Amino acid sequence: MSNIKNAFSKGKAFIAFVTAGHPTLDLSYEYITKIAKAGADIIEIGIPFSDPVAEGVVIQKANTCALKKGVALNNVFELTKRVRKNTNVPIVYLTYYNPVFNYGVEKFFEVLRELGVDGIIIPDLPFEESEEVLPFAKKNNIDLISLIAPTSSDRICKIAKNASGYIYLVSSMGVTGMRHEITTKLEDIVSEIRKITNVPVCVGFGINTKQQAAEIAKISDGVIVGSAIVSIIENNGTGDTDKITDYVEMMKNAITES
Amino acid sequence: MLYDKESNAHGRYGIFGGQYIPETLMDEVIKLEENYNFYKNNLSFNTELNELLKNYAGRPSLLYYASKMTSDLGGCKVYLKREDLNHTGSHKINNVLGQALLAKKIGKTRVIAETGAGQHGVATATAAALLGLECEIFMGEEDVKRQALNVYRMELLGAKVNSVTSGTATLKDAVNETMREWVSRVYDTHYLLGSVMGPHPFPMIVRDFQSIISSEARAQILDLENKLPHAVIACVGGGSNAIGMFYNFINDKSVRLIGCEAAGLGVDTDSNAATIATGRVGVFHGMKSYFCQNDDGQIKPVYSISAGLDYPGIGPEHAFLHASKRAEYISIKDSEAVDAFEYLARTEGIICAIESAHAIAYAMKLVPLISKAENIIVCLSGRGDKDVASIAKYRGRDNIEI
Repeated sequence: MSNIKNAFSKGKAFIAFVTAGHPTLDLSYEYITKIAKAGADIIEIGIPFSDPVAEGVVIQKANTCALKKGVALNNVFELTKRVRKNTNVPIVYLTYYNPVFNYGVEKFFEVLRELGVDGIIIPDLPFEESEEVLPFAKKNNIDLISLIAPTSSDRICKIAKNASGYIYLVSSMGVTGMRHEITTKLEDIVSEIRKITNVPVCVGFGINTKQQAAEIAKISDGVIVGSAIVSIIENNGTGDTDKITDYVEMMKNAITES
Repeated sequence: MLYDKESNAHGRYGIFGGQYIPETLMDEVIKLEENYNFYKNNLSFNTELNELLKNYAGRPSLLYYASKMTSDLGGCKVYLKREDLNHTGSHKINNVLGQALLAKKIGKTRVIAETGAGQHGVATATAAALLGLECEIFMGEEDVKRQALNVYRMELLGAKVNSVTSGTATLKDAVNETMREWVSRVYDTHYLLGSVMGPHPFPMIVRDFQSIISSEARAQILDLENKLPHAVIACVGGGSNAIGMFYNFINDKSVRLIGCEAAGLGVDTDSNAATIATGRVGVFHGMKSYFCQNDDGQIKPVYSISAGLDYPGIGPEHAFLHASKRAEYISIKDSEAVDAFEYLARTEGIICAIESAHAIAYAMKLVPLISKAENIIVCLSGRGDKDVASIAKYRGRDNIEI
């Protein structure tokens, strides 16, 4: 069983996102370790990019902060290596395509395998362009996580058919960031996906409260939280990293009880 | 790689182009392509558009024989394609009228757009006013400062101008922010992209609407000179006026196609926006093309005196014209562009946009080398009122109010 598949065998998954190098590489290491200990089932590590077009203000700022401190791809790899030494939590990279393309797609996926990275999300690489990386992802046993959006409609079938790891269901239109309410009829989309594949469906974009997490967990296999976590890290600065433990435990409990 | 229009199917220009955008936008760009393919062959759409181009924008634009410049430079004849005389003062209106009309036909009630120098923003605000569409423009904070006159112009036309403070606060960041806005409101909003860039079908749509420049120019030069030009020259940022100037000459193999990039302080410095000269192949803003980027694949801040050329990428069809060696791309420094700006004003009595001055600057180098029996066409993409204050400042005259 792949590491990611394994993460769903114990029930609904809580997936946490952090931006690598925000606010520093050492603190990222500390936060990731604590998030894993607090019960996150999968951790998404964002590789900072100069122009993250799919991100809202919170994650944009985290990207800028990391880049200003000179965080480069090699630093993210080193961070991953450190994290892997003390946890087996499945790790998924979130990166825009240009850093991957620039590094060399083949070499990039080989490095990911060596580091023990389990999956990758490339938000600006839709299904139509995914053939460029898919052979290398498969060869190295890295799940290429597919996104499905509220507007995907006719596209759901082909995306779901080719999905691996988990499906990232985008809760609402727009960019990442906390939302007061999510109005998309997610149940309908989930049942469309269910007709085609058993790959777990996780919902992200906008989720930040335990009530939202509990609601979403009822109709899906997992909940992805990014901006809310990045925001806690941002507000906490170099302060007590235990705050993240409380939040992750609360969210994990909320989805487990749902 | 040979340039071949046939190999440009499905939004690809050789290896360049494509649709590298979030899933949230895929459905919208696919629908846009379907709608465009329907309306581009629709008689009533074309009748309406041609009417607007003629009676509102003032087309066809003149092909002006620059006799003083010709005799001064002492080489081939120089013709200027006067896109600066269009309504709103640049070639941008050609694409804007086409896309705004398309947006209206497909039921959108709102248009949004990025702008660098403000020319595209002004054109978009103008078309929105005329066609009764709500309009919001995104402009980098730096450009809002550099182009205050155009900001007020857009506001006069009823548009809301958003100053973008993220990243380098210039054109690329304005594009990022417009994409973010679009993905939040696709249901009633069309992203009226201003250049031959972004995900397919934008590079194709914008090129088609801008190709009127070369379809007119080709007929005009054959009428006036009874022969094709030795070269056509245009400035290149994203590359919309250049592709418009090149397109109908691509199959005329004898005609040199020359794009002039902004070298800023020089291609050997970090302060330039010369994508072909200093960039590498990458994927950004929805397309595979050449981009100015660092070793880690981060998009680099670029610099040019010209806000309209201050962009770290180039349209994918230009990337292909370059890789297939059909077109030549050269770099022009700030100082050369400013000299050309002043030269054209004094020699022909035309104050052109600082963007267009990059093309004039190269013409000044090339013309003396070409036989008097030949001719060249320079695309004068815009007029220079917006640049007067910043050129004055460049020359140390700080007391000019705009």
